[in-house]
Amino acid sequence: MNFLLVLSLVVPIAGALLAFGVGGRWVSRIALATMPLGLAIAVAIAAGLRPAGGSLVYLLGGWSPPLGVALRADWLSALMMVTTAVVISAIGLFARADFPAGMTETRRSFAFWILLLAVWGALNTVFLSGDLFTFYVSLELLVFVAVPLVALDGRAETLQAALRYLLFALLGSVLYLAGTGLLYGAYGTLDIGVLSGRIRGEPVTAVAVTLMTVGLMAKTALFPLYLWLPAAHAGAPAAASAVLSALVVKGSFFIIVRLWFFVMPGLAGVAAPQLLGALGAGAIVFGSLLALRQERLKLLVAYSTVAQLGYLFLAFPLALDAEAGRLIDGSALIAGLVQAASHATAKAAMFMAAGMIYVALGHDRIAALGGVVRTAPLAALVFLLAGVALIGPPTSGVYFAKTLFLRAADSTHQWWWSLVLDVGGVLTSAYLVMLVARALAPADQAAPSMAGIVSGQQPVAALALVLCSLLLGLLPWHAWLPLPLAVTTPDPLSLDALWSLVWPLLVGMALAALMGRRQNQRPLRMALWLEQADHALRQWPAAGFSLLGLTIMLGVALLLTP
Amino acid sequence: MSAPTLAGLTGAALVGLGLYGLLVHPHPLRKLLGFNLLGSGVFLLFGIIARKGAAAGFAADPVPQAMVITGIVVAFCATALSVALLLRLFEAGGAATLRPDVGRDDSD
Repeated sequence: MNFLLVLSLVVPIAGALLAFGVGGRWVSRIALATMPLGLAIAVAIAAGLRPAGGSLVYLLGGWSPPLGVALRADWLSALMMVTTAVVISAIGLFARADFPAGMTETRRSFAFWILLLAVWGALNTVFLSGDLFTFYVSLELLVFVAVPLVALDGRAETLQAALRYLLFALLGSVLYLAGTGLLYGAYGTLDIGVLSGRIRGEPVTAVAVTLMTVGLMAKTALFPLYLWLPAAHAGAPAAASAVLSALVVKGSFFIIVRLWFFVMPGLAGVAAPQLLGALGAGAIVFGSLLALRQERLKLLVAYSTVAQLGYLFLAFPLALDAEAGRLIDGSALIAGLVQAASHATAKAAMFMAAGMIYVALGHDRIAALGGVVRTAPLAALVFLLAGVALIGPPTSGVYFAKTLFLRAADSTHQWWWSLVLDVGGVLTSAYLVMLVARALAPADQAAPSMAGIVSGQQPVAALALVLCSLLLGLLPWHAWLPLPLAVTTPDPLSLDALWSLVWPLLVGMALAALMGRRQNQRPLRMALWLEQADHALRQWPAAGFSLLGLTIMLGVALLLTP
Repeated sequence: MSAPTLAGLTGAALVGLGLYGLLVHPHPLRKLLGFNLLGSGVFLLFGIIARKGAAAGFAADPVPQAMVITGIVVAFCATALSVALLLRLFEAGGAATLRPDVGRDDSD
């Protein structure tokens, strides 16, 4: 069984190298042939966990840590690996039309398919890595393949976005590297298992963990460090945006989880997880309100990613067992990871839909979306369903995660996080409602001449992903995860379930009317303030100062932990 | 002043200079140089750790040195990738700047 861990790294990377060597029309064929193989390996690892006692370990070269390097798979790795495999395969199907092999623009398609496989390999390395230095290497791999994906078009704006992304991510990785150096200097190992036994609540630990966490937050684009995300995710081609938004940002989030829950679960204290949660809450509110203010559809989806990343960080305060004083890798963490999987599938589909709408209309200005229901009905449907999946109807993964979060908020007496969850649902509904209103408006001009034709396969791939997200809550999680209590899906037609779906929509409608862009009307002063704050945060000096400020706050919170 | 202390102070100074350059200078090439200074400072830190935390009776612990070599390779790749992007940006937009409003309008 354990050799599967190595295979899951070797298969995508061998595919990428083979495609690079062979080239021509074989590039996309090799990539597409790799996908079912990689998916099968990921599923086999997930299925093999229970019989193996919850985790699989492979020692590279037979050397055991602390001297050697180990690959480890547990339920977190398996969940993320299967999600990655599913999303990458769907993106592969979707991209066949956009990046044809052997015809025009071969260089662009050549790069895309190889980068897609390389992202996969890098992500699997992140998920299987057993020590903090392998995390560093895999993070760098991930950035180096994600940056060219941003700039596939070669236009000046996208090159600029790619460069901003690269430079900010490099800042993050240097901070991470400095943290690993300090930890090695203090404890003489970077293996997660060995380190968690040796680590103590010393100042050097606090400084190291602060540097690493802040660096990773910069790479995850957690509010307020999202300076690079909107331009990078909105400027890339649809298939590339889907990879970046759905998967790449989850890689660095995963490492934060590993660091906090598996290296130093007993040293987190009370204040630091609350700070992480507060940043998540800030992301939800700020990102969603800004999504309402966007003029272009892809930018709206990008800001929605900024907002949705916030949910993942709610896992930190909610997983804290105040009596034991440690982070518990129980239901709150499961909620965070399932939320990540649901967001990955829904957001990839949403970017695909936005791309199809762009092709069908020849533009993606939100104000001129009228008539899209007739021009590109399937794309509009996928977009709507993806939005609904993000709000979280019963049966969806988001609903499952939300139920677990609410349960954790209840049992740890932290009511404020359930408030954040409700507000988040309302805000997500708000931008979805606004888009639906725009899309249903009559088209104000004749069909534009720019419009292209969406290939028949593309909506199918996107629809399959949306259905994954919408039905994720129905999977037998209880049998596979260490869940103390099963989550029962309520009857979707019951009054309670309907009401829980309807009230956020109603409040969201009011909010959309209040905060959205309207013609011939002055926006609210608050909306203007928001836009100014957003503009400032996307400049280097402000982003740099918030990074330094966060470092100080997190450092103080960790240093003061008894 | 002992050699590790001197190296530590130099590393701290490099980190400070690099961080300032990366965050404050608007030009991407200066930012890139700032990143390299910052990286060098961190690499020096690894050198000190190799010297101070010498495990298992070695004169210097080889593990941090192995890590720092990896770090240098990665920083080199990152610099090469950034310079390549910067050149492409200059060719495509006529200006190498990170400000979205400049470059497109000012180039003509």
